[in-house]
Amino acid sequence: MNTTIIVQSLLGGTLIGAAAVLLMFTLGRISGVSGITSGLLSLNLKKNDLWRLAFIIGLISGPVIYASAGGRLPELTVDTRLPYLIAGGLLVGFGSTLGSGCASGHGVCGIARISPRSLVATVIFVAAAMATVFFTR
Amino acid sequence: MKNLSAFLAGALFSVGLTISGMTDPQNVIGFLDISGQWNPSLMLVFCSAVIVTGIGYRLVLKRQAPVFEAQFSVPTNRVLDGRLMTGSAIFGIGWGLVGLCPGPALSSISAGDSGVYIFLIAMVGGMLLQRNVSAFIDAQNNPVVSA
Repeated sequence: MNTTIIVQSLLGGTLIGAAAVLLMFTLGRISGVSGITSGLLSLNLKKNDLWRLAFIIGLISGPVIYASAGGRLPELTVDTRLPYLIAGGLLVGFGSTLGSGCASGHGVCGIARISPRSLVATVIFVAAAMATVFFTR
Repeated sequence: MKNLSAFLAGALFSVGLTISGMTDPQNVIGFLDISGQWNPSLMLVFCSAVIVTGIGYRLVLKRQAPVFEAQFSVPTNRVLDGRLMTGSAIFGIGWGLVGLCPGPALSSISAGDSGVYIFLIAMVGGMLLQRNVSAFIDAQNNPVVSA
């Protein structure tokens, strides 16, 4: 860890926090990406759900805007093993919907609210993820 | 205005993930890999995000209502049930398998990596599957009583 990484981590984390506060201040909503996404997967979407789509378009556009403003995008090292990608995606989608949250909703927003459910959820998913990495790498 | 503020929040969120390097699964795996070369940067990102959110929420939630809505939509459920724990464990296993979760995966769409697309399609599939499985289990537990 060098100073650059520390500064980038703290700056990035601060922006993530600012985004969560902005969404609470304007719409009174938790910035939980899995919940916002799964809320869109319905056959009877209402006009009230448009903000979900706007948030996701924002998520997708953020790095594009950042790069066009001169920001440097990091290299991504994504797994290339098809079974891992499919199983990982299925488990992340299934689990975050069943457990009502992922790293953003439970991890950041829930712990910031000192929600007991989110504290328990975060301890469980971090432990499960660490165990998975231990047995697969 | 509602949609504009949601867009801005989403964009700010993904710029934060990008600057902190959290869109790169390698940094996430590096944090989860406690028996290898441990990479603590996720911890710093997480702590600063939680502190800013915690202070900001405290100030914002003192208001009667958010700016563009009649009320706050904050979860009030405090029950630690099996769904929460099972779901979180399943999510954690998937997260550990590839080092991707919903936020970073969606934020990486513009990078054009086919692995991210496969992950996202499977993730949406998992969300739809969960709904159907839960609806089925609920139906088994609460059978409709016919008159």
